[in-house]
Amino acid sequence: MIGGLATLLSCQLAGEAIARLLGLPVPGPVLGMALLFAALLLRGRAAPEGLARTADALLGVLGLLFVPAGVGVVLHLPLIARDWAPLALAVLAGTLLAVGLTGRLAAWLLARRGG
Amino acid sequence: MRGLAEIWVYMAREPLAALTATLLAWLGATWLAARARWHPAANPVLVAVMLLAGGLLALGVEYRAYFAGAQFVHFLLGPATVALAVPLHRQWVAVRESALAAAASVACGGSFAALAGIGIAIGLGAAPETVASLAPRSVTTPVAMGVAEAIGGLPGLTAAIVICSGIVGAALGPLVLDLVGVRDWRARGLAIGTAAHGIGTARALSVDPVAGAFSGLAMGLNALGTALLLPLLWRLVAGG
Repeated sequence: MIGGLATLLSCQLAGEAIARLLGLPVPGPVLGMALLFAALLLRGRAAPEGLARTADALLGVLGLLFVPAGVGVVLHLPLIARDWAPLALAVLAGTLLAVGLTGRLAAWLLARRGG
Repeated sequence: MRGLAEIWVYMAREPLAALTATLLAWLGATWLAARARWHPAANPVLVAVMLLAGGLLALGVEYRAYFAGAQFVHFLLGPATVALAVPLHRQWVAVRESALAAAASVACGGSFAALAGIGIAIGLGAAPETVASLAPRSVTTPVAMGVAEAIGGLPGLTAAIVICSGIVGAALGPLVLDLVGVRDWRARGLAIGTAAHGIGTARALSVDPVAGAFSGLAMGLNALGTALLLPLLWRLVAGG
């Protein structure tokens, strides 16, 4: 458990350091995720059990973890009142168009490969 | 009454109350979601956020004071985002022979999802912060909030947008796929995971295990691709 947490924090720390050193506008935890994914691919086997257990435990309550930031929506109520129409349309139409397009493209690509 | 006022002053100043309220709101919201049989519209994050936001507004507590306590939960979001690599690796191995076709579909679909949101918002005259908050709309919430922050959006607004997009995609996406005649479970999973991230993946898993695996893969790849590329492209286009 602690070993898993140390791995996750090390990757995050490395990600934050790389983002700052190179001046990248990419979130540090995402670079950390990319580093860990690359390390797991290189390893060529399943993730170590301790790491897998810690990851699953954290991801099991992932929803809870973004509640505090989500409550920050109270700071933006005037903006939502102003832009409710583009927000609603982008969420509704944008999402459904993306579902349809990705589905058609994926079906075509998968069929082409004969698999 | 003086005693009550003193307790209130204590509660408003110490992190304990905000932390407790966050956990209680989450427990209440998951209880409600379980009673609604995990229907996408009863999303526990959305319900918990509405409970807490309503509480802050009703009691006149500032968000900054609330966050001083809730930040202990918020801190774990970083390592949890890194942890997304573990299920992504699992799915990648499980669907290896279709992984390249899947990655190509997710790359195109994910770019289209971001551009469609940006285009609609600019076309309807939305404020720049709104556009930046909408751009990472189809990516899983923790990553989307980080991306929004990196490109000048508002993480709180992005969280609400991302969750609503996930609910729309999970609830109505399967109807769209029926409409355009996509029957392959792998393609259906990829489409839902690309556009509706974790909320769509949870739905896909409950319908078909193959669709669930492909949805999880699409969600992970889209998070990685969007988070690595969108801020760089944004900087190029916006010149900021």
